[in-house]
Amino acid sequence: MMLAPSNDNKPLPTGKLAANIMHFSRVLREAGLPVGPASVLDALDAAQSGSLETREDFYWTLHAILVKRRDHKEVFDQAFHVFWKKPKMLEQLMQLMYHQITRAAPDKPKDPGFRRLAEAMFDKLESQSQRQEKPQALELDATFTTSADDIIRAKDFEQMTLAEQAQAKKAISLLRLNTRKIRTRRFQPDRAGANIDMRRTIKNSLRAGGDMITLATRERQWREPPLVVLCDISGSCSNYSRMFLHFLHAVANDKTRVTIFLFGTRLTNVTRELKRRDIDEAVGKVSTAVKDWSGGTRIGLTLREFNKKWARRVLAQNASVLLMSDGLEREDVTQLTLEMQRLRRSAKHIVWLNPLLRFDGFQAKAAGIRAIMPYVDEFRPVHSLDSLADLAATLARPTSPAHNPKNWR
Amino acid sequence: MTNIPTSIDATAAMLKGNGYVAGRDMATVVFLALKMKRPLFLEGEAGVGKTEIAKVLAEGLGRKLIRLQCYEGLDINSAVYEWNYAAQMIEIRLAEASGELDRKRMGQDIFAERFLIKRALLQALESPDGKAPVLLIDELDRTDEAFEAYLLEILSDYQVTIPELGTITAKEPPIVIITSNRTREVHDALKRRCLYHWVGYPDAKRELDIVKTKRPKASLALANEVVRFVQALRAGDLFKAPGVAETLDWITALNELDSVALDPQTVNDTLGVLLKYQDDIVRMEGSEAKRILDQIKDEIRTAAATAAS
Repeated sequence: MMLAPSNDNKPLPTGKLAANIMHFSRVLREAGLPVGPASVLDALDAAQSGSLETREDFYWTLHAILVKRRDHKEVFDQAFHVFWKKPKMLEQLMQLMYHQITRAAPDKPKDPGFRRLAEAMFDKLESQSQRQEKPQALELDATFTTSADDIIRAKDFEQMTLAEQAQAKKAISLLRLNTRKIRTRRFQPDRAGANIDMRRTIKNSLRAGGDMITLATRERQWREPPLVVLCDISGSCSNYSRMFLHFLHAVANDKTRVTIFLFGTRLTNVTRELKRRDIDEAVGKVSTAVKDWSGGTRIGLTLREFNKKWARRVLAQNASVLLMSDGLEREDVTQLTLEMQRLRRSAKHIVWLNPLLRFDGFQAKAAGIRAIMPYVDEFRPVHSLDSLADLAATLARPTSPAHNPKNWR
Repeated sequence: MTNIPTSIDATAAMLKGNGYVAGRDMATVVFLALKMKRPLFLEGEAGVGKTEIAKVLAEGLGRKLIRLQCYEGLDINSAVYEWNYAAQMIEIRLAEASGELDRKRMGQDIFAERFLIKRALLQALESPDGKAPVLLIDELDRTDEAFEAYLLEILSDYQVTIPELGTITAKEPPIVIITSNRTREVHDALKRRCLYHWVGYPDAKRELDIVKTKRPKASLALANEVVRFVQALRAGDLFKAPGVAETLDWITALNELDSVALDPQTVNDTLGVLLKYQDDIVRMEGSEAKRILDQIKDEIRTAAATAAS
């Protein structure tokens, strides 16, 4: 660990400021901000820069060092005002929250930053108690070790018994999604490559003493583009989305560039929740984060929210979109059409997964379905293990005729 | 000629002196970045003055500005250095012709500094007149993660390692400004090395200050109306709210059209300067623009009445 060099010729900070900044950093860390020891030293340095006049200056100074993301500002803001006003108040607050937690939190504070501060601490207590329960859960797991057999594979998720569902979930967790790769502008050494790698060529020729110049070649790298998943959790397809969630958990832990949203009447980003390794923990987190399970659907409205708030942040670099929904829009479809058009313009590849495809006589007649269909590249079923396995295996390949949305127009 | 400002006030004054109206938050973070010699990471919507701050700093401190525009697939060859292969090739042939076949010496000859083509990042480590340049790494979110990782060495130690030549360290660390439009999240490891600041839209008062500083020719009444109109647009439900850059463009456009006050017709005709998405333009055209216009004229009348009484 290197000490900040600018500390050398200055007197050490007066005891209280240093201690207080350190405590403040610890509070932020508890609340989930990534504040390491290096930042604490930096914050001390900055606070001593000798130009702090007002409380506002002090606020922005600490802000500059300790906040590294826009979403952290709110938590920082809350913590700053609580901490630097009256240190005792923080203890009271913690005490208060502790009581709320043990008594199943009757009233939630309204401020989102405040809630996150509270949740950060709640989270810790909860995971501690979960850790104690863990051994039992492991024993239970041992009963589901049989592999999923053929009958289960083709069976509709909705018609499965609980035991079968558990088996299916296990099989799902083993699936690995292969998405289609795109050519990047980066190169890698490749003997059969079409481009000459001058740097290696010169190096290699020196090895031979400059007698002979053999050409080294390179080829473009291929890479999976970012993946964005929009999953409908409204009443009409919640059974499928619950199973699909297990699939998404596997995807989220397998790939780095993936963002996952759930929507019913509103949109929730659950990427962070799903990135937890343990599936039960992840699903638990998701259900607390999402408030509209099995409610109504407003596809147009939630898509609009996605387009406005998230599309520019997550759809860069040729992202593909997986849209899992039955497409049954209750409201007027003009907005849905508009939003699908916009989505079409910002996403490279859109795959629509529709659980309604489980019915043999399915026809694209509903207004919502007709509104979405023209803007998707692939149209696939998602109601059984087989269909999920097929999705995982063949998404990387060119669209097969069976999944071409033109069949349904 | 100009030294690093020694206080937040001095920083704000220096920025203001060069035509950048900064809030206290921005002045603080710029001051700290200069003082602690840390890169400054600015994130925010397009057109809020992220890139501008680098230009103003370069001008205000009398430094050279080196700009690296990021794009997907940006690699070391175009960002840091490249070897001059053609010249190296000739050198090898010459050595061959003169019968020079000492491999080790030839390696040193071929990979010497004279065959090195320096790109932006390597140039930024040089300070020929003792003054380190301002390095602007613009729109970092447009590159891929691989390049981000490469920046780590440069940003934390201000040095570049060239395998054939060794490590090149800056005598005087450059002033680094990194901007991002947040089309993706930049990795925490990189942000950790920087001071972070989210640049938001300015409030009405500051925006009016900006307009007055940047477009001194515009009449105050027009500037006031324009700023209020833009502020009202931002509060509304648009796909892409107009930035400060658009406000300034609009003022210029209105000046060119010799308008002294906003009227619905002019607003409709010049809406393309302000809004860049067709959906937004369609939504604002006609009655909606008129409604906002009436609303701000009301506001201005009330403000004038309270000021008079």
